[in-house]
Amino acid sequence: MFGKLVPVPSGAVIPERDIGKRPILNCINLGVTFGGLKAVDDFNLMIGRTEIAGLIGPNGAGKTTVFNLLTKVYQPTHGTILLDGQDTHNMTTAQVNRAGIARTFQNIRLFNDLTVEENVTVAMDAQMKYSMVSGIFRLPSFWKEEKVAHERALELLSLFHMQDLANVKAGSLPYGAQRRLEIVRALATNPSLLLLDEPAAGMNPSETAELMENIRKIRDTFQIAIMLIEHDMNLVMNICEGICVLNFGRVIAKGSPEEIQSNPVVIEAYLGKQKEA
Amino acid sequence: MEFLSYLISGISLGSIYAIIALGYTMVYGIAKMLNFAHGDIIMIGGYVSFCSMYYLNLPPIVATLLAVIACTVLGIVIERLAYAPLRSAPSLAVLITAIGVSYFLQNSALLIWKAAAKTYPPVVAGAVQLFNGQLTISYISLLTIAACIVIMLALTTFVSKSKMGKAMRACSEDKGAAQLMGINVNSTISATFAIGSALAAIAGVLLCSFNTSLMPTTGSMPGIKAFTAAVFGGIGSIPGAFLGGLLLGIIEALAKAYISTQLANSIVFAVLIVVLLVKPAGLLGKIVPEKV
Repeated sequence: MFGKLVPVPSGAVIPERDIGKRPILNCINLGVTFGGLKAVDDFNLMIGRTEIAGLIGPNGAGKTTVFNLLTKVYQPTHGTILLDGQDTHNMTTAQVNRAGIARTFQNIRLFNDLTVEENVTVAMDAQMKYSMVSGIFRLPSFWKEEKVAHERALELLSLFHMQDLANVKAGSLPYGAQRRLEIVRALATNPSLLLLDEPAAGMNPSETAELMENIRKIRDTFQIAIMLIEHDMNLVMNICEGICVLNFGRVIAKGSPEEIQSNPVVIEAYLGKQKEA
Repeated sequence: MEFLSYLISGISLGSIYAIIALGYTMVYGIAKMLNFAHGDIIMIGGYVSFCSMYYLNLPPIVATLLAVIACTVLGIVIERLAYAPLRSAPSLAVLITAIGVSYFLQNSALLIWKAAAKTYPPVVAGAVQLFNGQLTISYISLLTIAACIVIMLALTTFVSKSKMGKAMRACSEDKGAAQLMGINVNSTISATFAIGSALAAIAGVLLCSFNTSLMPTTGSMPGIKAFTAAVFGGIGSIPGAFLGGLLLGIIEALAKAYISTQLANSIVFAVLIVVLLVKPAGLLGKIVPEKV
């Protein structure tokens, strides 16, 4: 149906600097079926430790489903996910997050009644060590960690110039700021792989340009891998090093932005088959 | 002076409702379920404290502590066994389960402690006389009001300041997103049930001291009233439960005193209906407009 699959070895998309290090993510034959429908099938992907990777495809191709599999919102029906070499098979959503995967959502899902700072610190709390007892009795370890959390939250917020909004309710932020806060909140869980689900959705070109800068800045500052789903091809082609194209739940192409742009299978998936002359 | 004495008895009755309503509202706010067994946990708290005082001759404070521990454990066990497996089931299934748990607790109490009412020894006896003996306030009333205020303040601080409180508010809004931020939703819900049940135990001791009697159905009516109070104040809101409980107690006491003892309950529920007609989300509840 899609013609010949372009033979790209699954490691080929990893940037040169990450080769020789263990990939942060390795999906092997990953798949999920919903009552007979193969939403994602035979999904293989490797992501380098500091790579910015793109996951693209037409609507309904299964991109968000892949994110949901990686974060265990859905249980894979087959296949393996290795996160930094560790099999996530028995982990819950919260455990996968603590093991290093954080994400944002296609439709913003902030805690609207919490302040901006609380949105960030609540995500840090899973990593905090003080016990319930020292929390109740306000022991020194509590104050120390609370102070560290407060400072780190402001530091993360300042990355996106949001430190002045720390005490504002998240729900009252303008749209663009909510999108940025979602990224900050995800970063607060200290991930080694950040999944961004349509980060540029609803943004104007100048906001998108700023977002691109920010995504690069995050990668450079934290030295983490970022995987993003995006329909804005300008953004994808500009910042992604490796791109994976999904259609009908299957990978139809993998490669660098140049390879993907000139790949006839991808063009066909997006634009339909050209009439033969 | 007469009015003042009715008012105070209303406030102390309302304080008990408020403590129970706080448990209702916390569980509803975070687990998004109506725990209709909450009233029966009050009754169990009453029996545990009764037995510790009556059979084991323990001082009231120790008896209360035992009741709190027993109810906390009971609350967690009920949540784990009966509600947790239904986390993704439709809310109606959970509601019916809660009603089932309620009957289970009532009938277990009936088996163990029999139907006859027990005379409950108040945890504190005596009263204070004011204005040359014109106004008598029992110590148990004062204790109840004080306990309610302390609990309310502690709970507000806990929810707004502590790590677990923050996690609770996050879970209350979006469990899925909370999970994806590394929050353990199951243990957060367990903690909520633990707190709610501990409050129920305290309410049980106070309620039984107030009524000086105890039987397996002791918890049902106060449970329903407290649920009403929680809805009245805006379910899911902690200050709302506090306010709703107090107002309900005052309305009930004044209606009993000035209108009719028989009609008191009807009046209470009539007020609820009027309030909900004017403010459908309750006094302090927020109406979330749907985005179109």
